[in-house]
Amino acid sequence: MVKKMNKQLIEDFPILDQKVNDERLVYLDNAATTQKPRAVIEAVANYYYHDNANVHRGVHTLAERATAQFEGVRKKVAHFINAPSEQEIIYTKGTTEALNWVAASYGRTFVKPGDEIVISYMEHHSNLVPWQILAKKNGATLKYIDLLSDGQLDIESAKKQITDKTAIVSVAHASNVLGVINPVAELAKIAHKHGAIMVVDGAQSTPHMKIDVQALDIDFFAFSGHKLMAPTGIGILWGKSELLEQMPPLEFGGEMIDWVQLQETTFKKAPWKFEGGTQNIAGVVGLGAAIDYLESIGMEKIESYEKSLIASILPELLKITGLEIYGPLDPAKRTGIISFNLKGLHPHDVATALDMEGVAIRAGHHCAQPLMEYLNVAATARASFYLYNTIEDGQRLVEAIRATKEFFKNGIV
Amino acid sequence: MGLSRLDNLYRQMILEHAAHPHHHGTLENAEHQLELRNPTCGDVLTVQVAMKEDKVSDVAFSGSGCTISQASASMMTDEVIGKTPAQIEQMVMTFSKMVTGDSKDNIDDILGDAAILEGVAQFPARIKCAMLAWKAIYQVIENSNDESSIGLMRHDEL
Repeated sequence: MVKKMNKQLIEDFPILDQKVNDERLVYLDNAATTQKPRAVIEAVANYYYHDNANVHRGVHTLAERATAQFEGVRKKVAHFINAPSEQEIIYTKGTTEALNWVAASYGRTFVKPGDEIVISYMEHHSNLVPWQILAKKNGATLKYIDLLSDGQLDIESAKKQITDKTAIVSVAHASNVLGVINPVAELAKIAHKHGAIMVVDGAQSTPHMKIDVQALDIDFFAFSGHKLMAPTGIGILWGKSELLEQMPPLEFGGEMIDWVQLQETTFKKAPWKFEGGTQNIAGVVGLGAAIDYLESIGMEKIESYEKSLIASILPELLKITGLEIYGPLDPAKRTGIISFNLKGLHPHDVATALDMEGVAIRAGHHCAQPLMEYLNVAATARASFYLYNTIEDGQRLVEAIRATKEFFKNGIV
Repeated sequence: MGLSRLDNLYRQMILEHAAHPHHHGTLENAEHQLELRNPTCGDVLTVQVAMKEDKVSDVAFSGSGCTISQASASMMTDEVIGKTPAQIEQMVMTFSKMVTGDSKDNIDDILGDAAILEGVAQFPARIKCAMLAWKAIYQVIENSNDESSIGLMRHDEL
């Protein structure tokens, strides 16, 4: 069944039907960005062909259509992550902007000197640098939760690091390097026990599993559209309404105001007070189409398919001598991200060689330099799978790695 | 096609330099030193230089990196010894033009063995790897030679 689902799926992605360096493209850089199905591309095109207008402002028919789509997607997103209200859904450029807004608006308003902000060693720079800047600005301390030797979050360390001084805990739901899924519901309980709020970076989890912000009992959740088949430049910040109401807007100007006088201005309510200026309306439309596409398959089904895919590929990779995989090896504990290194070879050389075989992977520090230091590596190679990838793609990866090893025979570095 | 095209990038001489880099280590009598990072991959390279009579008398590099960055650093150190700052500036400009596919004029005369890295031009993602050591020597020389006519190349530029 899985195989059949996949054959039909691939046809929905025109970009995958091409050769790269004379080989069929195997796209395994989905943790960086995903490919877009026809349904998304067409939704964006149709919006521009038929409905394009600025939202909220016009009384004409096109403006009404554009506004209906723009606000309709807000409802769709709320349903997608089980938020209690669409008024808690804020459009952003992506996860980075969403996390920056929490740090700059909530953080700068409520974090006091001597407070603590707790994150983990596996955070992407976008869930690290905003907190570092906030800590410096407000006189707070930035603390890190340790990892276990297999890359899982050390919950005992979390219990030690989160104290009554902690104002904010912010952790990735799934790591962009280790592929590990973090127990954010458990962390949220610990955070709340100490009076801290729980922020979750959902960039690498939302595309791959059912998200329920109420069941997780967290306070803020951020994700990017482009990692789940939507266009680039659109993302979501979800926050509990009682927190959003207390937060000052960050961008002032058109659309976000209630009443402007010469010396005073009042603002709209959330979410609109955060959305200054003309928004990425086409991106929002594309995000709606992407969510429709994913939900037509079912997030549970996507998750179980990806787990079965990884379960079949991991053992093949582990058979390659000299190949080290970072993160837990139990497929139940991870997403479709596999970071690895080949002994004696720099990941950049591996990625160039794999590209010659038509296999697209990422190499580098993955915007997680403190994690690289923690793992004591300069960089890693990273293959990341999505629901349009097949077991054959995994085999192509394995073959290409074997060929790369052969090419560089005795190792270089 | 597969990996056969890789031969254009990973020529035998390049692999040998990467496996056994020349002037790898530190200088005791270093007068100038610079550490550069490749922000895309986190590679770090330190270049040290000793000067005598307005010429580079000795040079060393340390740090980790991919085959291309290590080989390029090794070749750079071979080529700059005995050269004046003005000559090195010309070498760096020539190397930059070569790996970006801009111009191959006089590469053999000006760059010596390092001209073998011209294959990098076919692999745009690897230009930064090849450039790192050359950017480092350029900045070392610039810092040590205030009379230079060429402005300082920023580290995030090619």
